[in-house]
Amino acid sequence: MSSLQQSYQTTATLDGYNFGFLDEQTKRMLRRAILKAVAIPGYQVPFGSREMPLPYGWGTGGMQVTAAVIGGNDILKVIDQGADDTTNAVSIRRFFVRMTGVATTEKTREATLIQTRHRVPETPLSEGQILVYQVPIPEPLRWLEPRETETRKMHALSEYGVMHVKLYEDIAQHGHISTAYDYPVLVNGRYLMRCSPIPKFDTPKLHMNGALQLFGAGREKRIYAVPPYTDVKPLDFEDHPFEIERWPEDCALCGAGDSFLDEVILDDRGGRMFVCSDTDYCGERRAAGHVGKMSAPYKEEAAE
Amino acid sequence: MSQEMIRVENLGKTFTLHLRGGIALPVLRDTSLSVAAGECVTLHGPSGAGKSTLLRSIYGNYRPQQGRILITHDGHPTDIVGAIPRVVLDIRRRTLGYVTQFLRVIPRVGTLDIVAEPLLARGAPAEHARTRAAELLSRLQIPEKMWNLPPATFSGGEQQRINIARGFCADYPILLLDEPTASLDDRNRKIVIELVDDARRRGTAIVAIVHDADTRAAITTRLLPMEAVGVAA
Amino acid sequence: MIEMPLLSVESLNKTFGRQVACRDVSFELWPGEVLGIVGESGSGKSTLLNAIAGRLSVDSGKVLYRTATGQITDLISASDAQRRHLMRTEWGFVQQHARDGLRMGFSAGANIGERLMAIGQKHYGNLRDTALDWMQAVEISPERIDDLPRTFSGGMQQRLQIARNLVTHPRIVLMDEPTGGLDVSVQARLLDLLRRLVQEHNVAVIVVTHDLGVARLLAHRLMVMRRGEVVEAGLTDQLLDDPQHAYTQLLVSSVLSV
Repeated sequence: MSSLQQSYQTTATLDGYNFGFLDEQTKRMLRRAILKAVAIPGYQVPFGSREMPLPYGWGTGGMQVTAAVIGGNDILKVIDQGADDTTNAVSIRRFFVRMTGVATTEKTREATLIQTRHRVPETPLSEGQILVYQVPIPEPLRWLEPRETETRKMHALSEYGVMHVKLYEDIAQHGHISTAYDYPVLVNGRYLMRCSPIPKFDTPKLHMNGALQLFGAGREKRIYAVPPYTDVKPLDFEDHPFEIERWPEDCALCGAGDSFLDEVILDDRGGRMFVCSDTDYCGERRAAGHVGKMSAPYKEEAAE
Repeated sequence: MSQEMIRVENLGKTFTLHLRGGIALPVLRDTSLSVAAGECVTLHGPSGAGKSTLLRSIYGNYRPQQGRILITHDGHPTDIVGAIPRVVLDIRRRTLGYVTQFLRVIPRVGTLDIVAEPLLARGAPAEHARTRAAELLSRLQIPEKMWNLPPATFSGGEQQRINIARGFCADYPILLLDEPTASLDDRNRKIVIELVDDARRRGTAIVAIVHDADTRAAITTRLLPMEAVGVAA
Repeated sequence: MIEMPLLSVESLNKTFGRQVACRDVSFELWPGEVLGIVGESGSGKSTLLNAIAGRLSVDSGKVLYRTATGQITDLISASDAQRRHLMRTEWGFVQQHARDGLRMGFSAGANIGERLMAIGQKHYGNLRDTALDWMQAVEISPERIDDLPRTFSGGMQQRLQIARNLVTHPRIVLMDEPTGGLDVSVQARLLDLLRRLVQEHNVAVIVVTHDLGVARLLAHRLMVMRRGEVVEAGLTDQLLDDPQHAYTQLLVSSVLSV
C-alpha cells in the first residue's frame, strides 16, 4: 500500500465509496484534462463527464474537478452566491465531507480548496489556493454561433470579432455594455473565455490572481483553467471601457464599500438594505469591529 | 499624308443560325478598307449589304471569322479581331468611339451622367466631364431641366441627340457613326453635321452609315459602296 | 498596360458523385473588371462561384489570387486560416438571399461593423460613423442603423449585405444572383447602386446571374455555362449581340424585351 493510499485510509470516508466519490482512473482522466487546461489557459478541454449524485445544472462539473484535486489534507470551503449557508453550498460541502473526511471552513483565508457557484470571494486569494468554478455554458460564442464545429474553428483561428459585435449591439441598444455577469474575457492574450456566471464586479479578480482557477462544466463536458498570475482582460471598446457595478450605499451590516452587495427587501413600503453577498467577508469585517448603518455590534456565534 | 487609323483587311463574317438548323448567312466577304485621320468614310449600299456588320466589326462588337482590323491605338496598329477583352475595352475607352443607332438606357441614370460617362471612364475629373457634357447637351438643344432625368421616356429624336452628345463628349481619335441623324429634324440635323465636321477637321477618322442624302453629302469625304456579300475595296 | 491579373482560375473541376458540376473551367480576372457568369439552372455557375470562394471543395484545379501584398496564393491549397482571413478582408460574398449573408438578429450597424471588428477595430464611435457612411452609400436611411434586418424590405436587406461586404474595401466581390427575387424597380435600384459602387471602388466582381439584362448592365465580360462547361466567353456585348455558340444563341433569343 503506497503512502498516498495510506493517507486516504486514515480519513473517514463513507463505507463503500472511494475517496472523493470518483474512482481513481476517473480522477486521473480529470487530472489529465486539468493539466492540459492549465497548459493552455482559457482553452476548453473536453472530458468524460461522469454521473454525479445530483442532476446536471447543479454543479456536477465543479464537483468533478474538486473530486479530482481534493486530498486528505485539504481544507474545503463551498459557497453559493457568496454564501456558505445556502442549501446548495451545504449539500455539496456535506457530500465531500462524507466522501473524503476532509476538514471544512467558512473562512476564505483558511481554505486550501474553494468550490464556488457564481461568485469570487472578496478576500483576496493567495498562492497555494485553488478556486473551482461551477460553469453552466463554457462556450462564450455559443449564443452567436450554435455550431460546435464552427466555434472550435473560431477559437483555433482567433476569430473573435463576432463577440465584439454583441458588445456593440449592447451599446447600441442600451447605451452601455449590458452584460452584467459571465463577462467575456481574453485569457493570456489568446483564448476567449467565459468566467461562469460571476457578476461583472468579480471579473477583475481573475486577473493576475495568485490562486489556481479551475472551471468545470459537467453537462457540457468541458474543463478550462486560468493558471496563477495570468493575464485576463475583459472585452470592451476603447471609448466604452469595462466598468464594474456600483451601489448607492455601503453594506448595511459591515459598512464595506468595496464588496459586491445583495439588495434585501425589508418591507412592502420599498424599504431595502444592501448587504455583502460574501458572508465570510462580511463576518470578518464585523468581527474586526466595522459596522454598517443597520448592524448591532458583532457577537461571537457558536461554531456549526 | 495623314496617319492611317483603321485598316480592314480581307474581312469575312458569316452568321451561323444554330436555332434555324445551322444555316449560314455570309454578310461580309473579303472586305477591305483604309481610313486615315481627318477622313469621313461613309458606307453606302442597300440593306443587307453588311454596313452595320462592318461598323460593328470595327468596334469589336461582332467577331469576324476571317481577316484583320488594325486600329491605330497609342500609335501602333492593333488587330481588334481576336484581341483579348481587356485590349478591346482599352481601345474603346481611349481611341474608338461608337454612336449607335439607339440609345441604351440604364435605369435611374440621368441624361447628364450618361453623356459624361465616356470621359469619366477615362479618369477625367467629374467636374470637367459634367461641364463638357453640359456644353454638348446645350448645343444639341436638350433643355437643362431634362439633364437630371433618365432618358427612358424621351422621344426618339431626343434620345438620338443624347446618344450623339455621349459619342462626342470624349475626343476619340476614331468615331463610328450609325445613322447619326436618323430621327432628327432639320435644325438638329444641321447641328450634328457641324459636330461631325468639326471633329473631322480636328483629325478624327470617321466611318459612318447615313441614309439621308443631304447629310451624307455634307459630311462625307469618301464614299464606300457596299453590296450584299462581297464588296469592292 | 502590363498589369497582372487579380485572380487566375486554372482547370477547375468539381463533381458531385457522377454529376459534373464544373468541367475544366479556366479564366482570369483583372482589377476593376466585372465578369458575369450566365447560364440556366444546373449549369454549374453557382457551384463555380462557391468553389472559387472556397466554400466547396474541388476535385482539381487552382484558384490563384494575388493578395494586396502582391503574393500569389492558391486558395484551393491554402490553409483554412488564410482563406477565412481573406474572405473577411480582401474578398466579399453577396448571397442571393440576404438572410444567408447577414446576421438577422443583429442591428444594421452591427452587421456593417462586424468585419471591421473582426480585424481589430475597437472604437465604438468610429465603427458607428463608418456604418452610417455606408448606409448612406447604399441608400438606407441612417435612422435605421439600430434596426434589425428583419424589419427591412428585401431590397434593403440586399443593400445592407453589400455594405457589410464593402466596408473592408475588398478587391474582389463574388455575387450570387444578387437581384434574384426582387421586384423590378427594386432590382433597378440595386443594379444602379452596384454599378456605381463597383466603379467608385474599383472592385473586381464575379456575378452569377441567369438574367441577361443584369449581365448586360453590370458585366464587362461574360462566360456562358451549360452543364458544367464554359461554352462561350468574351465581352458582354460580343456575346449578347453576336452569339456564336448554339446555346448562347438560344439564351439570347429567349429573353423577352419590353
